[in-house]
Amino acid sequence: MVPEDLNSPGYDIPPEARGQVAITTLDRIYNWGRSASVWPMMFGLACCAIEMICTAASRFDLARFGMEIMRPSPRQSDLMIVSGTVTKKMIPIIVRLYNQMPEPKYVLAMGACACGGGPFKEGYNVVSGVDKFIPVDVYVPGCPPTPQALLNGLMKIQEKIRGESIKTARWYQKGPDAAEIPIPILGPDLIDPRKMELLKSAVKGPEA
Amino acid sequence: MVASSPVSTQTVDLAARFPGIATPDTRPGYSGWIIPKEHLLEVARTLRDELGYDYLSHVTGVDYLPEGKMEVVYQVYKTTGGPGINFKVQVERRDPIEVPSIVSIYPGAEFQEREAWDLLGIRFTGHPDLRRILMWEGFEGHPLRKDWKEAYYEEEIKPYKSRWPEGRHVYAESKSPFADNVAYPAGFDPEKWVPTDPEQALYGALARYQVRDETGLETDHVIVNIGPQHPSTHGVFRAAVMLDGETIVSLKPVMGYLHRNHEKIGERNTYLMNMPYTDRLDYLSSMSNNFAYALTVEKLMNIKPPERAEYLRVMMAEFTRIANHLMAIGALTNDLGAYFTPMLYALEERELILDVFEAVSGSRMMCNYFRFGGVVRDLPEGTLEKIKDLAFERLPRKIDELDRFLSENEIVRSRGIGQGVLTAEDAIRYSATGPLLRASGVPYDIRRAEPYSIYDQFEFDVCVRQNGDIYDRLMIRFDEIRQSIRIIQQAVRRLPEGPIMAVKPAYTVRVPPGEAYARVEGPKGELGFYIISNGKPAPWRYHVRAPSFINLTAFGPMCTGQKVADMVAILGSIDIVLGEVDR
Repeated sequence: MVPEDLNSPGYDIPPEARGQVAITTLDRIYNWGRSASVWPMMFGLACCAIEMICTAASRFDLARFGMEIMRPSPRQSDLMIVSGTVTKKMIPIIVRLYNQMPEPKYVLAMGACACGGGPFKEGYNVVSGVDKFIPVDVYVPGCPPTPQALLNGLMKIQEKIRGESIKTARWYQKGPDAAEIPIPILGPDLIDPRKMELLKSAVKGPEA
Repeated sequence: MVASSPVSTQTVDLAARFPGIATPDTRPGYSGWIIPKEHLLEVARTLRDELGYDYLSHVTGVDYLPEGKMEVVYQVYKTTGGPGINFKVQVERRDPIEVPSIVSIYPGAEFQEREAWDLLGIRFTGHPDLRRILMWEGFEGHPLRKDWKEAYYEEEIKPYKSRWPEGRHVYAESKSPFADNVAYPAGFDPEKWVPTDPEQALYGALARYQVRDETGLETDHVIVNIGPQHPSTHGVFRAAVMLDGETIVSLKPVMGYLHRNHEKIGERNTYLMNMPYTDRLDYLSSMSNNFAYALTVEKLMNIKPPERAEYLRVMMAEFTRIANHLMAIGALTNDLGAYFTPMLYALEERELILDVFEAVSGSRMMCNYFRFGGVVRDLPEGTLEKIKDLAFERLPRKIDELDRFLSENEIVRSRGIGQGVLTAEDAIRYSATGPLLRASGVPYDIRRAEPYSIYDQFEFDVCVRQNGDIYDRLMIRFDEIRQSIRIIQQAVRRLPEGPIMAVKPAYTVRVPPGEAYARVEGPKGELGFYIISNGKPAPWRYHVRAPSFINLTAFGPMCTGQKVADMVAILGSIDIVLGEVDR
């Protein structure tokens, strides 16, 4: 976002004050700052992670978007790029990492596998898309998406950030959105605690 | 193989050596020997100690459901080169299925036997640490058995009829009562279910180490888990480490966090459908994976690609090796603390190689370029000039530059030299292959030991380094890049004109019944496919001999006695890709 967009809230600045005074709204400057410094989590799952590394490298240069600082710790990151196949063995860790990220947080599902299972969907250890467990903001299709596609997805995240308002932002509200996501359990197969009732009724189904 | 090959092509007659014990496998299309399980250890020991088959390539199980048999297949080679032999043990398919473990003779079988237990439910008696390896403890069933059905099961073989009924698709989720990819055993009651701690067995195994402390003082050791979310584990790898202060006393790799059921899906896919899946095994070197798979199926079909296709294959496979080693060098120096700078240098060159791949195949990473009997596309206009520029001008210069920056670097030398040593004997014992084996002083390169494709027509050296430490494993990658450039240069000069496919391209190929194992010298080591065909459109058994996975067998022993900070560098120097480790 260029400063001109930031500095046009509909008030005219007197000519003598131009260059020294900027008038903007709180939402705009808040979102401008956030969208220009999204720190992704250094979190590679599979093939897509390699394209994510390529995006960060010299030819595509993620630093142009203020995103080159990849943090290995979820506590310091704003954006989780789910780059690869989400397996049942891995999903408890992904949910835990997501819970550990502070608000505001965003999730980008990179590649066919993270979006919906991809070519490995029918596999017995594959989760059909990370959105079965954590909320996803932007989906980037492809197998793997090219760095250009990932950049496009990241720009969509920036667009989304710019459309938000402090007044309605979820992390300043009380409510179910702020609740932690229950961590899936590894039983005889993956058990989603939110579907426990369904599972109990499915077991009792034939008897009733 | 050509007659002028310097390595011996003699195979051993096991029936003459073990009369009444070893019987030749006479099923049509099969080779090798069948050994009764009581004599397995005796035969294996003789093969290793007397006949010189010191290197166990792979161990896997095959479920012959119609015949009511479970079979374990072993493939052994000599590290001096030449063809290998396989031998099999057949047992009745009734639980508990028990086969003696050969870990005491070939320690490289450790993880592979665990995998066969995990996926096929073959219990290896005498195995030191028989736990599940890819799935978690407590998972129901053994998925690679032919009577085990996944939650989204539709039919045995693709294409599924339900995929496009009258042009409309059906979501797989809609067939499951949980709207998800899960299925529970009959009568599973979550209220009565007692959760088992999946880590318990792991920590139990971790605690079985030999105490070397002779002071008599009682010490407490600490367990540290590194990964699966850790910046230097190259993906979702996890190492559980038992520490005494900063020194590692025992280490157990934990994997399966990227287990994408490659083999189960591969046994439902038709032969051609598997080709793009092989790209996603070792996703840094898709062309090599294609190469090994194409060679295996071509061996079964008994076809040979035309000469131009062979040259294109070799060129692409060698470019893959360069791209992979560049990534390995970048990642290893990252692990040594050079935060991303060498990586950026390496990735710059890798991008140029990816441009070539994109030009020939349409995709940067997942090339899907090889077909049975050739390659899918010829070089587009202008690509040969690009390849020439890379091979003759740019890459040699840039590799020298990167070498100059790194090989004399103080930190690289002090952290690399003498650290994480793997001796030649251990490397062979643990079935290590590729740069890991050659950096330990064993000049074993499949391109020379058992030449495939047209590698016998090229002039190149088998790279070898003597010390087997981290520094040698870094440097041998530079050596190998230089040899790969040499091969590409020769291939560019001699590239013939002609067709690129030996047969008419077809969606379903007819593969005669039989078994085949073909292997290539992949960038990470011996990459092989073991395929059993029963004449149907899909393989009956589709097994990947993944070099990253088997090289990790040596990881624990290499780290024992080292500082925990060096574990990261040792892992980086093995160069694993999790797509291949977990498949």
